[in-house]
Amino acid sequence: MSKMRYSRRTLLKTGAAAAASTLAAPMVWAQEIKDIKLRQFGTGVSNLNDVATKVKEDLGFTLEMTALDSDSVTQRAATQPDSFDIADIEYWICKKVWPTGNLQAMDASKIANYDKIAGTFRSGKLTPESVIAQGTAPHTVGFVEGPGSTKFATDESGWMTLIPTIYNADTLGIRPDLINRPIDSWAELLNPEFKGKASILDISSIGIMDMAMVCEAMGEIQYGDKGNMTKEEIDKTFAIFTAAKQNGQFRAFWKSFDESVNLMASGEVVIQSMWSPAITAVKSRGVPCVYQPLKEGYRSWGGGLGLSASLSGIELEAAYEYINWYLSGWVGGYLMRQGYYSAVPETSKNFMTENEWGYWYEGKAATDIITSPTGDQLAVAGDVRDGGSFTDRMGAVACWNSVMDENQYMVRKWNEFIAA
Amino acid sequence: MRTPRNIIAYLQAAPLMAVLLTFLIAPILMIIVVSFWGATEFSIYPAFQFDNYAFLFGSPVTYKVFFATFKYALITWVFTLSIGFTVAYFLAFHVRTQVMQTALFLLCTIPFLTSNIIRMISWIPFLGRNGIANQTLISWGVIDEPLEWLLYSDFSVILAFVHLYTLFMVVPIFNTMMRIDRSLIEAAYDNGASGLQTLWHVIVPLTKPGIMIGTIFVVTLVMGDFITVRFMSGSQKANVGRLISNDISLLQYPSAAATAVVLLCTVLLVIGILLRFVNIRKEL
Repeated sequence: MSKMRYSRRTLLKTGAAAAASTLAAPMVWAQEIKDIKLRQFGTGVSNLNDVATKVKEDLGFTLEMTALDSDSVTQRAATQPDSFDIADIEYWICKKVWPTGNLQAMDASKIANYDKIAGTFRSGKLTPESVIAQGTAPHTVGFVEGPGSTKFATDESGWMTLIPTIYNADTLGIRPDLINRPIDSWAELLNPEFKGKASILDISSIGIMDMAMVCEAMGEIQYGDKGNMTKEEIDKTFAIFTAAKQNGQFRAFWKSFDESVNLMASGEVVIQSMWSPAITAVKSRGVPCVYQPLKEGYRSWGGGLGLSASLSGIELEAAYEYINWYLSGWVGGYLMRQGYYSAVPETSKNFMTENEWGYWYEGKAATDIITSPTGDQLAVAGDVRDGGSFTDRMGAVACWNSVMDENQYMVRKWNEFIAA
Repeated sequence: MRTPRNIIAYLQAAPLMAVLLTFLIAPILMIIVVSFWGATEFSIYPAFQFDNYAFLFGSPVTYKVFFATFKYALITWVFTLSIGFTVAYFLAFHVRTQVMQTALFLLCTIPFLTSNIIRMISWIPFLGRNGIANQTLISWGVIDEPLEWLLYSDFSVILAFVHLYTLFMVVPIFNTMMRIDRSLIEAAYDNGASGLQTLWHVIVPLTKPGIMIGTIFVVTLVMGDFITVRFMSGSQKANVGRLISNDISLLQYPSAAATAVVLLCTVLLVIGILLRFVNIRKEL
């Protein structure tokens, strides 16, 4: 009973106007809320069953999750608007998909914690002194001019495209026990010292960014915008990497998360592009592995929740309810314990221990054992997170994942690189 | 009187025809149609243009990748044929009792009780830098440094192919060998032929249909493969299948369809040439 009352009260508060116009009696909310089913799809990182379970518990309605790879996510968001209610997509996908009109803008005034959302997603600046990184920075595609608009706004217009959910800063993973010296630059990936022991990911849109970070760090290429290269820049980048490949620099390329873990854990590879949870997976096998901060900065990515254009009435209200709940802290705490960041870090604090908050967010030494949400031990007292605090890591982003104007050309070049 | 019989014959053929039309002819026609379509980054649109083919034939990568595909097919064929023929010969002519023959034949199929991919992936820890193969060789003192080319190389790709597909050679060759009239072999010996002469002039010619069927299996399987090449080469090598799968993952369906059409034509051509040598139907 208490659950029903909670639902009715909060829904009335947030959705009074809509409710009054579409429904005869407010009581209907409480009974219908249980029958509501929201269909969410997105990439594996954030489609967590634990979240769906908690939604049912806290909000009463059903959240149905589908996990796909990012190419399928893009395609579905662009071509099948009626197959979902909530799209969990990356910002660069949003840039591609928004012009199709399949998503609707969100009214920022209905987002309770809007003011607490990290600056990266609003003004683009994490701190007032931050420099905006290259690529598809989230704030550039985070707002539109109004409801129904397909044009991205240059400022905080009050109409959001996506509500940021998960984001992180990616870098190279290394095996400190097999390298035995400090690594501080992306250029090390092509260092002949690691001939036959390096790897890069075989996903063109992300791999090209890692390549660009390397070429720039080597001083070989000066990019106008790594997130939007010219054909000439693309050619030069691939020339450098093709030469390295033919010299036997790479042991293998990886496409799936598990492959990257196995390459690193087995010692086939000692330095490679990697994702944060993969480092955790290697460590949990008892193999030392470091997510190495590099002086050139991080390659960053971010995802968010978008609402289907066909969402309306009680379902739309439920979706707002879900988003407000998403930002209220429980999910944030869950994600932070996985090594990601939540859009409203402050609210997560209430759902984390002081030790966890210090380790994951503030970059302090752990005072006790740190475990993952599933209970695996990740760190012991005295350990410090690779890269340090939230502001240290997210403040050193050099480039965001993006989609280039010359994307198709780049993809063909990528195919050539693999076949070379 | 003739018409009813015709109708009955057509009716008898109809179910198979319907299945083939729906699940073979229609999809292939669809692929051919789509190969002329155009694509944007996240959608495809109907058109009749030759862009996909123009790009395909204009790119040096295509030729390189087709060459690699043929290379894999040829080397794999040589190994599967020699191993497959030897195994079949042993089973058919050296094992005397039929019970033993059946038992040994079933033994050959045991690895096939697990999935293709698992059998393939299990090579990876075995061949790796710190894998069993390298550790054993080092402990025997054969080598000082781990052999890098054991894994993520053409060697590992072909090893996996041979391992996966040899049985497809054994089965048809064994089958045709069992049908050879033993009196022919006795006649060869009676006429003074040596063992090798009998093998080359009597057994091999009579086994040709089996060899050909095995060849078709192996060649089409290797030429159409993409996952073995991807896993065993650590994505370092490419064949036509990988080209297609890359296109599909990037939503470039028309380009993938065009490559598929060219591959299909190539494979059909190869099979056509093979069938010039042996009339399978006559021999079956």
